[in-house]
Amino acid sequence: MNYTPDFSVVWANWPVLLRGLVVTIEIWLPSIAMGLAGGFLIAQARLSRRRWLSGGSLVYVELFRDTPVLIQLIWFYYAFPILVGVQLSPFAAALLGLTLNTSAYASEIFRGGIKSIHRGQMEGALAIGMSRAQAMRRVILPQVVKRMLPAFTNRTIEVAKMSSLASVISVHELMYQGRLLSSTYYRPFEILTAVAFIYLVLIYPGTFLAGRLEKHLARSS
Amino acid sequence: MTQHPILEIKGLHKRFADHHVLRGIDFSVAPGERVAIIGGSGSGKSTFLRCMNFMETPSEGEVWLDGTRIGTERNGRVTYPEKQLCSVRERLGMVFQQFNLFPHMTVIQNVMEGLVTVKGMPKAEARRIAEAELAKVGLSEKHDAWPGRLSGGQQQRVAIARALSMQPEVLLFDEPTSSLDPELVGEVLRVINTLAGEGRTMLLVTHELGFAYHFATKVIFLADGVFHEVGTPDEVLKNPQKPRTQDFLRRFGEFAF
Repeated sequence: MNYTPDFSVVWANWPVLLRGLVVTIEIWLPSIAMGLAGGFLIAQARLSRRRWLSGGSLVYVELFRDTPVLIQLIWFYYAFPILVGVQLSPFAAALLGLTLNTSAYASEIFRGGIKSIHRGQMEGALAIGMSRAQAMRRVILPQVVKRMLPAFTNRTIEVAKMSSLASVISVHELMYQGRLLSSTYYRPFEILTAVAFIYLVLIYPGTFLAGRLEKHLARSS
Repeated sequence: MTQHPILEIKGLHKRFADHHVLRGIDFSVAPGERVAIIGGSGSGKSTFLRCMNFMETPSEGEVWLDGTRIGTERNGRVTYPEKQLCSVRERLGMVFQQFNLFPHMTVIQNVMEGLVTVKGMPKAEARRIAEAELAKVGLSEKHDAWPGRLSGGQQQRVAIARALSMQPEVLLFDEPTSSLDPELVGEVLRVINTLAGEGRTMLLVTHELGFAYHFATKVIFLADGVFHEVGTPDEVLKNPQKPRTQDFLRRFGEFAF
């Protein structure tokens, strides 16, 4: 192998990669935030005694868990507009797909967490006069979040990585820019290595902080 | 003049699926009364207590608190608005067999929680009250401990302080010493006894018959979901009239020395 790597192509194009990174973050963080919120609501529906609610949310969860994410993103870009009669931008389609996908996975994490908290916790909260919503917010959720933090961290990381799939519906995020640059300059080795490295730098601090937070929260138990 | 009851139950039934646990109970508690409820396991005594503050929803019957009927009846169906249940539970403090302390909060936070979240009290004031309640149960030095670090007896005393913090009109104790090691039972019973000395209205479901005898103004023996025998501690515990009560007490006294 007598290939001489030349990373100057990466330096020369850093504004392009940076723009891609910004778009990646713009898909990643909102879809995590909205996905977690949606997941909490879907978990409530799953735990409901009303059949149509628990059944409906089960179907929702399985649809997203048992089909490839790639298909989901492409579907929201090409198929969903036919259904609703409104064309989505690639960015909107990716954001919608990733948000709904995250909500399905997050709902299972919430559901498992809520079920793992002993019934006595809810009763202890109700017995001092709390409403169900107050009990959920003050007593159940803090314990669920603590117990489920590793699962939520994994999901967050997973979504950061999944966001690269948005490149196939030409969202101008990091992966898209990387592929564009590598085919423009015929320097896939340097550029794709740099892109992978940027993902690593983006994701690792999250993993690190979550580990610290977990230790911090473990004090009380 | 007889005082009107603080708590009154009329025709209470409770069914779990096809299991008919409570089969028509009428009951009233006057302010200052201390009622001990005894009976075999599965007799429905915990369920009965839990129907008072709607930890269980009665299948049939009425619950009256201080002259007010709980729930709204419409077309023969009773609904219980959450707001009303919250205020009922605020007024009826409950202490559980398993303590049910919040493990993610320190001792003082546990006791302050209802004051801050439910009553909307400023934290400084809530802390002052919580400190007083903790002093009362003898745990002033444990403010900042995590519940998981305390003994069962200490945890139960924190739970009592938590219930007291809301200034309830009635206290409900659901087998408060049943999950404790024998040597820790005394410290909890002593606290309950102090509360009795203050003239509080209390309902106690218990297997501690000796304590029930000294504590209660009225004893109820529950069997098969009905009040089988009711009377003073002397009447029910020393001179029971019904064979079933006699049999129950005999089994408890079997290995006495």
